[in-house]
Amino acid sequence: MAAEAGMFTVHQTVGSVLCCKCGILMVPNAANMCVKCLRSEIDITEGLQKHVIIIHCPECDCYLQPPRTWLKAQVESKELLTFCVKRLKNLNKVRLIHAEFIWTEPHSKRIKVKLRVQKEVLNGAVLEQAFLVEYVVQDQMCESCSKVQANPDQWVAAVQLRQHVSHRRTFFYLEQLILKHDAAVRAIRIRQMDRGIDFFFSNRSHAVKFVEFVQKVVPIKSRSDKQLVSQDSKSNNYNYKYTFSVEICPICREDLICLPPKLAASLGNLGPIVICTKVSNAIALLDPITLRHCFLDADQYWRTAFTSLMSSKQLVEYVVLDVDLISPEVNVGGSKYVMADVQVARVSDFGKNDTMFFIRTHLGHLLNPGDYALGYDMHAANSNDMELDAYRGLEIPEVILIKKSYEERRQKRRGKPRSWKLKSLNMEVDDSLTRGKADEEKRNSEYEQFIKDLEEDPTLRFNISLYRNEDYRPSEETDGENDELAVPVEELLADLGIHDDGEDEEGMRE
Amino acid sequence: MATRLQFENSCEIGVFSKLTNAYCLVAIGGSENFYSTFESELADVIPVVKTSIGGTRIIGRLCIGNKNGLLLPHTTTDQELQHLRNSLPDAVVVQRIDERLSALGNCIACNDHVALTHTDLDRETEEMIADVLGVEVFRQTIAGNILVGSYCAFSNRGGLVHPHTSIEDLDELSTLLQVPLVAGTVNRGSEVIAAGITVNDWTAFCGSDTTATELSVIESVFKLREAQPSAIVDEMRKSLIDTYV
Repeated sequence: MAAEAGMFTVHQTVGSVLCCKCGILMVPNAANMCVKCLRSEIDITEGLQKHVIIIHCPECDCYLQPPRTWLKAQVESKELLTFCVKRLKNLNKVRLIHAEFIWTEPHSKRIKVKLRVQKEVLNGAVLEQAFLVEYVVQDQMCESCSKVQANPDQWVAAVQLRQHVSHRRTFFYLEQLILKHDAAVRAIRIRQMDRGIDFFFSNRSHAVKFVEFVQKVVPIKSRSDKQLVSQDSKSNNYNYKYTFSVEICPICREDLICLPPKLAASLGNLGPIVICTKVSNAIALLDPITLRHCFLDADQYWRTAFTSLMSSKQLVEYVVLDVDLISPEVNVGGSKYVMADVQVARVSDFGKNDTMFFIRTHLGHLLNPGDYALGYDMHAANSNDMELDAYRGLEIPEVILIKKSYEERRQKRRGKPRSWKLKSLNMEVDDSLTRGKADEEKRNSEYEQFIKDLEEDPTLRFNISLYRNEDYRPSEETDGENDELAVPVEELLADLGIHDDGEDEEGMRE
Repeated sequence: MATRLQFENSCEIGVFSKLTNAYCLVAIGGSENFYSTFESELADVIPVVKTSIGGTRIIGRLCIGNKNGLLLPHTTTDQELQHLRNSLPDAVVVQRIDERLSALGNCIACNDHVALTHTDLDRETEEMIADVLGVEVFRQTIAGNILVGSYCAFSNRGGLVHPHTSIEDLDELSTLLQVPLVAGTVNRGSEVIAAGITVNDWTAFCGSDTTATELSVIESVFKLREAQPSAIVDEMRKSLIDTYV
C-alpha cells in the first residue's frame, strides 16, 4: 500500500536464525525450529488410526458402512478410497491433502492407503506429514447375500405380467420402458415365460411399486394374492408370499377392432371398425373412414373387454396406384392425418389379375402412387367375430390401410448393422417352455420387426433410450437414401457399461 | 555465564524479574528458589531486591531501568516506591511516571546508554526517560512490533532481537544502539525475547526451556563467556574516571 502511495519503503531482506534445537541456519518460521526438528518433536498423525478393520461382502463386493449400509466399490476405485478415508476417526483434526492406494496383493486381504495430512502446530506453523493406513479386509456376507445364499429362491413377491396375444411386441416395448425408468432394478429374478414375463422381488412394496409403474404405461388389470408361509401368532408375525397377476390388455398398436355395439354407442357411434393407433395407459382408437378418434382408459376398456379383429401379423402388402386427397391435414390426437381416396392392389395379385380396390384411408399424407402400404384385407378375410356379427348390414371396407411399407428400401440395407442398439433386461429363459428352434426364430423375427417399427416411428422411440453402437461404421452408399429410416444421431445415448451390455444382448436373443 | 531457571513452573522469567548492572528486582513468589538463584549469582556484586509493583508480580513488564535509574508506572503504590528507594543504591534514581501505557517494560528497552521506546509514548515520558536513565531515546519498532520492550533484550555489550527482524532492521538497530545484535529466540523457539531472558553486562538468566543452541547464541552475543563482574566494574570505573578527569 505504501508503495502504491509512492512512499519510500526499505527493502526487507529476510534474515536467518539458528534452529532452536539443532542450531542449523534457517529462515525464521512460526515455531523457530527447522522442519526436521519440528517433525521429530511433533507427530501430527498421533491419535489417527493406522490400522482399521473393514468388513467386505465377498458375494456382491460390498463394504460395510456402519451401522448398516453396504457400499458397492471396486478395488482401487474412487469410491473405495472415499470409503476408506471416511472410516478413519479423528481425521477432522487434521487437514487431508492427498490420499492414494498402495498396491497390495488381493489375497493379502489388506488395503494400504497413503495419506498426506496437514496440521497447525506451535503458534501457527503448519506441518505436513505422510503416513500409511492399513485396512484389514474381513469377509462377511451382507444380509441380502446371506439370505440369497441360504435359499436362492427366496422371493417374497412375484409379478406375473401376461398378455394373451400371439406375439411379444408389447413385451419388447415394455422391456425398453422398464430399462429406461429402472423400474425393475429391485427385481431379484426376471424370467421369460410363455406370453409374458415374471418378475420376482424380495419385498412386497417393490412389487407394488413395479405394478404401479406398469399401470402407468399400459392398460392392465391386476389382482394380488397372498399365501401364508409361516406364522408366529404369539408375536403376531405372519409371513406371506405375494403374487400379483397382471394382465395387459390384448389390444396392440395397429390392431383392427370391431367395437361392441354398446361401447360404440357410448363413444358416440364411433366405428364400429376402428384401428388402434397407440397404446399407453390409455388406448387410442381411430376410425380410419371418418377420422374420428377416442381414448379408452384401462377402466373403460376392462368394463367391456374386447379383442382385436385382426392383428399386425395379418397385414397384407398393397401397391398404391392412385391417391386422391379429400381433406386438408387434420390433427387427430397429436398426430396428423389426411383423408384420401386411394386405389390399391395386392402385391401378390400384381401382374396376375386386375383386382383393384377403391378405398378410403387416413394415410393420405404418406402415400403416393407407386408406394407400398400395409393393410388388412377384409375382402378376403374370413372373420368369425362375435361383435362383427352383432352388426347387421354393416358395410365393411374391403381394405383398411394401416401404414406405409418401407420394405422396398429395406432390401438394400439388409444385413448391415444399425447405428444404434437397445439394451435388454437380463432375463432367464426356461428351456422346457420353449419349443426349440422354431420358437427362437419367431422371437428373433419379432424382435427385428420391433426394431423396424422403432426406426419408422419417431413417436414410438420417444419414450425409450437408444444407444450408440460402437461397432457401426457408416458407409457412403446407405446414408443418402434412407434418411427416413435412420435414427438421428442426437437421439442416441452413449453407452456406459459396454461390456455387460454385449452379454445381455446375447442372453436376450436366446 | 547464562543461568536457566523457572518462576513457579513458568519459563517467562523476564516477566518476573528485572536485571540491570546496578541492581536486580525479583518478584515476590511462593517459592524461594527463584530468588535464591539470583541471590547466589549476584549477591556479592549488586543488591537483589524482592518487590511487587502495583500489587502484581509481573514487575519485569511494568518497570524499566538501568544502572542510572528506575522508572515505575503510575500503578506503583507509595509503599513499594518507598521500599525500592530504600533498597536500591543511592546512585539509582527511582521515579514514578504518569504514562498511559503503564507496562513500561513492554514499551521500553534500554541499556546504560540508549533506549528504544514504543512509538506512541508521551513526550514528557520520553524526556523523563532521558533524564532519569541518562540515555538517548529512539522511537522504534522491531520486526513490525511496536512493543519494543517485549521483543528485544540488550546490554551494553550485545543484544538479541525478534527472529523475524530483517537484516536491514538489524543494521539500523545496531547502528542506533552501537552494540552487535543478532536475531534469535529463547525458550525453545519463543520470539518474545524479553519475557524469556533478563540480562546485564556480565550475566544472563533465561527460561529453563531455553535450548543449548539458544544458550550458546545468547552467551556469544552478550559476550558472557569472558565477562566477569569485576572486569566490568573495573572498566566502568575506568570510564568514569575518564569522564571525571
